[in-house]
Amino acid sequence: MPVSVEKMVKVFGRPKSLTDARFTYCPGCHHGTLTRIIAQVIDELKIAERTVGVAPVGCAVFAYRWFRCDAIQAAHGRASAVACGAKRADPNLIVFAYQGDGDFASIGTAESIHAANRGENITVFFVNNQVYGMTGGEMAPTSLVAQKTSTTPEGRDPALFGYPIRFSEMIAQLDAPMYVTRQALYDTKRIVEATKAVKKAFTYQVEGKGYSLVEVLATCPTNWRMKPPDANKHVAEVVTKVYPLGDLVDRG
Amino acid sequence: MMIEVREELMPKGVVIIDKERCKGCGLCISACPHQVLAFSGELNRSGYGVVQVKHEQDCVGCGFCAQNCPDVAIEVYREKVAA
Amino acid sequence: MGERLLLRGNEVIAEAAIRAGCQCYFAYPITPQAELLEHMARHMPKLGRTFIQAESEIAAINMVYGAASVGVRTMTSSSSPGISLKQEGISYLAGSDLPAVIVNVMRGGPGLGDIASAQADYLQATKGGGHGDYHTIVLAPATVPEAGELTMLAFDLADRYRTPVILLADGMLGQMMEPVDLPEPVDVAALPEKPWATTGAANRDPNVIRSFDLDPEVLKQMNQALQERYREIEAQEVRYEETDTDDADIVIAAYGTVARIARSVVRMARGEGIKLGLFRPITLWPYPYQPLKELSERVETVLTVEMSAGQMWEDVRLAVCERAKTPFYGELGGVVPTPRAILSEVKKHAG
Repeated sequence: MPVSVEKMVKVFGRPKSLTDARFTYCPGCHHGTLTRIIAQVIDELKIAERTVGVAPVGCAVFAYRWFRCDAIQAAHGRASAVACGAKRADPNLIVFAYQGDGDFASIGTAESIHAANRGENITVFFVNNQVYGMTGGEMAPTSLVAQKTSTTPEGRDPALFGYPIRFSEMIAQLDAPMYVTRQALYDTKRIVEATKAVKKAFTYQVEGKGYSLVEVLATCPTNWRMKPPDANKHVAEVVTKVYPLGDLVDRG
Repeated sequence: MMIEVREELMPKGVVIIDKERCKGCGLCISACPHQVLAFSGELNRSGYGVVQVKHEQDCVGCGFCAQNCPDVAIEVYREKVAA
Repeated sequence: MGERLLLRGNEVIAEAAIRAGCQCYFAYPITPQAELLEHMARHMPKLGRTFIQAESEIAAINMVYGAASVGVRTMTSSSSPGISLKQEGISYLAGSDLPAVIVNVMRGGPGLGDIASAQADYLQATKGGGHGDYHTIVLAPATVPEAGELTMLAFDLADRYRTPVILLADGMLGQMMEPVDLPEPVDVAALPEKPWATTGAANRDPNVIRSFDLDPEVLKQMNQALQERYREIEAQEVRYEETDTDDADIVIAAYGTVARIARSVVRMARGEGIKLGLFRPITLWPYPYQPLKELSERVETVLTVEMSAGQMWEDVRLAVCERAKTPFYGELGGVVPTPRAILSEVKKHAG
């Protein structure tokens, strides 16, 4: 039945700050959801014309394809440092770094911590899905104990490879960060909360308040070997027990 | 006293799915509170089994499906409620 | 402005960078270039510019990458082991067509080495220490004043060709003090615009700084464009200096501090009736192959002298081929050759 929406109110549409390109993410992958949220907030805050995104190496390596704003491709792990360089070069730019768990919490550990410690006025998104997606499902520093990955086929053994690292809690210990929060996207309520968090993080940068870190517990249905709705459930019931949700720091 | 509930005052929603963006992840189906959506059994050009609007009359335009869609494949419209 | 000051090499490089309009400087401390950082730390903030002591040399080169993307003049400095850390970043700068200046105040290696002067990073600098088909322009000053001049030139060349430029100095040059006429500051506002930079997409399509494409055919084109630019640089930017080569039988090929020492050797040798000349490359990349080749047709011997096991020696042999004899004299590990030792080598080969 053909429908005419002319007289209707558009409740939800693609944000203007998203390009028309189709995401190359797997079905059900929360990278897409977070990308949409970021674009939506950029629209709401009307900052597209001075926003610069820094893309990681990982599944989100093509992040610059999805955002209708300037972007810089960073070397693996270094997006936080690249974002610092860009922000210092022109403090009027709104600079965000978008990083996965390898990029942010493994190879980029030093850059992630020190950007936060210097209180750089940037916004960092840390997508934590406890696995390395792009390279085929290897263990991440954030992988759960007993989690099976391609480099822990029998499950992560803490005696060999340590424990899941709660990076946001480490960053929250520092004096400089303005806003450190852990969000998730496994249902509408969480998505709405995460959207508020993303907006707060960007708003703090616009107001010159300093460093924000938004950790997002995301799914990797492909490497978790789960259907997307089950992957969502896994975050809700299992992952949040290891990585508690909420604001760890809010000095704004 | 009888309270008359007039159906015309209920919000009515319309969901439009971009079939070629849909990857058949099913998160919209899980998110929908009114069982409006279902897999259609059709494949799009990329080979994904896409979702369709099955029970459009039950849609209230809440937008949960669109919020959850990782591919931003869904547009949601709501009819203005009569004053 | 005619300001003549007695300055250390490291300070001159820093001050020249400031006068060249360097907006952002990021670096990690390492001997023997600490004075460069200290100078920047004192002066950059006063000028409203950025100084960050980064958490590592890796972080510093990536901050340079970010600042370069935004289109400002930016620099980092380090010494040999730290420059090794920066190689990926330099490859990224080259692959992304980004201008930047990287200063290497060389020290003894390999590994932790020592903090004395060496020239053992020549191959790393000129043959590309990072991965992929790329080059960086490499400038090699021999004196403290020249270090300042070449620093200014480095920023110009970087902008002109959208490529990283390495200023290759050594610990001795970094530490020694000489009178220097500081150059006039550049009018940064008058510099050409950079329409490719990520300055915020207002009234234009978004710019993306990247060096990646999954399609080999596209990456091939990206590489070909780079190679064409390198051919242009090779054609336009070769710099070298010849001293007393017109009637020479034997010439020393040397760069940097060793070239400076060799100038004394030329005087000493001439005093003893030996027709010695000096061929001093100033750009190590693009290397002055052609002038050296032509010179080698007139002389019997080209003696390469380096503070290394023979790195520039490879390029000398490439240029000279069989046209002249190409012996080598090197000092390793941070030992500096004395004029007397070099003269003794010259006599061995002068016949």
